[in-house]
Amino acid sequence: MTQARTPAWSGRRPRLPAFGWPLSIWMCGAWIAAAIAVGATAQWIAPYDHLQQFPLTRLAAPGALPGHVLGTDYLGRDLLSNLLAATQTTLVIALVGSLICAVIGTSLGLLAAHFGGWLDNLIMGLADAMASVPFIVVALGILAFFGSSPLLFMLLVGIANWERYARLTRGLILSANLEGYAEAARIIGVPDRRVYWRHILPNIAGPLIVQLTVNFPEIILLESGLSFLGLGIQPPATSLGLMVADGRNYLATAWWLSALPGLIIVVTTLSISLLGDFLRDRFDARLR
Amino acid sequence: MFGFVLARLLRSLIVLFATVTFVFIVLRLSGDPAQQMLSDIATPEALAAFRTQWGLDRSIAEQYLLYLANAFQGNFGTSFADGREVFTVIGERVPKTLSVTVPAFLLTMLIGIPAGILAAVRRETAADKAVMAGAVVGYSIPNFLLGVALIYLFAVWLRVLPSSGSSTWQHAILPVATLVLAGAATISRFTRSTLIDVLGQPYIAAARADGIPEREIILRHALPNAAIPLVTMLGFGAGGMLGGAVFVETVFAWPGLGSGFVRAVNSGDLNVVQAMILTFTAFMVSINLTVDILYAALNPKIRLGNHDAS
Repeated sequence: MTQARTPAWSGRRPRLPAFGWPLSIWMCGAWIAAAIAVGATAQWIAPYDHLQQFPLTRLAAPGALPGHVLGTDYLGRDLLSNLLAATQTTLVIALVGSLICAVIGTSLGLLAAHFGGWLDNLIMGLADAMASVPFIVVALGILAFFGSSPLLFMLLVGIANWERYARLTRGLILSANLEGYAEAARIIGVPDRRVYWRHILPNIAGPLIVQLTVNFPEIILLESGLSFLGLGIQPPATSLGLMVADGRNYLATAWWLSALPGLIIVVTTLSISLLGDFLRDRFDARLR
Repeated sequence: MFGFVLARLLRSLIVLFATVTFVFIVLRLSGDPAQQMLSDIATPEALAAFRTQWGLDRSIAEQYLLYLANAFQGNFGTSFADGREVFTVIGERVPKTLSVTVPAFLLTMLIGIPAGILAAVRRETAADKAVMAGAVVGYSIPNFLLGVALIYLFAVWLRVLPSSGSSTWQHAILPVATLVLAGAATISRFTRSTLIDVLGQPYIAAARADGIPEREIILRHALPNAAIPLVTMLGFGAGGMLGGAVFVETVFAWPGLGSGFVRAVNSGDLNVVQAMILTFTAFMVSINLTVDILYAALNPKIRLGNHDAS
């Protein structure tokens, strides 16, 4: 379908496929690469420690104060350094959360598909229940009963949306089990564990990775949302959502304190969504 | 049809029971309730009196039954914040939440569904691209950020609307607008992809081959078939409103269930928290039940009693 819509594509002389990608996709990729670089190196490239306060130069506008490119916040902390540290926190939590989610969801889906029966019913019933209540309600409940600690918080964002992986994996494995290759491997005596790990999992990895690109931005939004409510990352650590919440009290005098971290959240989630959509369309076309 | 509805009703009740049970287990797991509800400096007599009052000195099975009975009567004790009955505290907040979420829900549908239909019918045109670009951006901006942006725009910069509180109807405009912009993005995307799926079906091609005008095809053949998945989307839309209310009410200091929930969690007001969880679940269960019944009424396979097809 994609090919039918872009006839110019096939007429060009063969080049590396990436050269033909639209500029917007390149920009998304560049932003994601920059964000990953910041996530890996924030503590070394930041001009100041993000907690260091300069009380005499509070609320400086971006560009107004030499040495503080993006200005300072209400405690005189360097805004650029804070943004870098916050981006790192947000990305690390989203990454760990995504992986936890993928592992839990995929494992439960595999168990449901393999054992069937009451275990299948139990896991899928749990998945239905999770999907029927907004996750924020579950999250607030857990935070209220167990308090907020960094470890619990990471687990919490990790269990959001696990049911999507579980349903997807279960469906994919059930249909893979009906296909020749899995049956053939079983007939020649390959043990179940090896069939799943070496044969089925590599075959169903594509849709699971697509799910990861859908899930990652949502976890960024969940993390920033909870931190915004004051229930996620706690000071002295910082996160993009927390910075938006802090800056909210200074909207009239220093709107950029909320706007800049907000912009990073939006551009990052938007880039991942667009790149994910684009890659999915391309890979689907290749597979057809 | 009757059997279908009955089965769904039963399932809703099971979900409610499961939630109450879950909250009961978590409450007992998270420590001694008497110690938690009172404070660290409570006297042994006070703790004992509390345990007797809530039946905590009895067996775990008896405690569970007692808890169930209390929960279904709406009896959750008093809020620590002001000592009032939790039932009253929640009851005051329900209408406030409904007064922003119900208009927001209706507007979301009124904007999102036609926008999605337009995008699907005029696929690959400027109209489609505009709707989809709006939807992607709306989907990537979290509602708390959108709320802050709207406050800056309309309350700080233009100074035409109030930024927080709920005393006049103008106070509701920004919270409703925030919920609608976020909700319509999701609904229009879903409507578009559903309708595109339907338009690709063989019976649409057959209708086109028959020479039926395109307008007729969309109104008579495509839309009724797209309506069934759309109805399930209504449930997600309503859930999105409730989840969104948690953030939006907090941003705009709107005294509804959402901001009350956040405040209760922040202050450790566990009596209110457990009642909030059950209130939100009850809302979602009734929404899902309504959606299921609508679904059954719309879907001839179920309406005419062919259960295998459901």
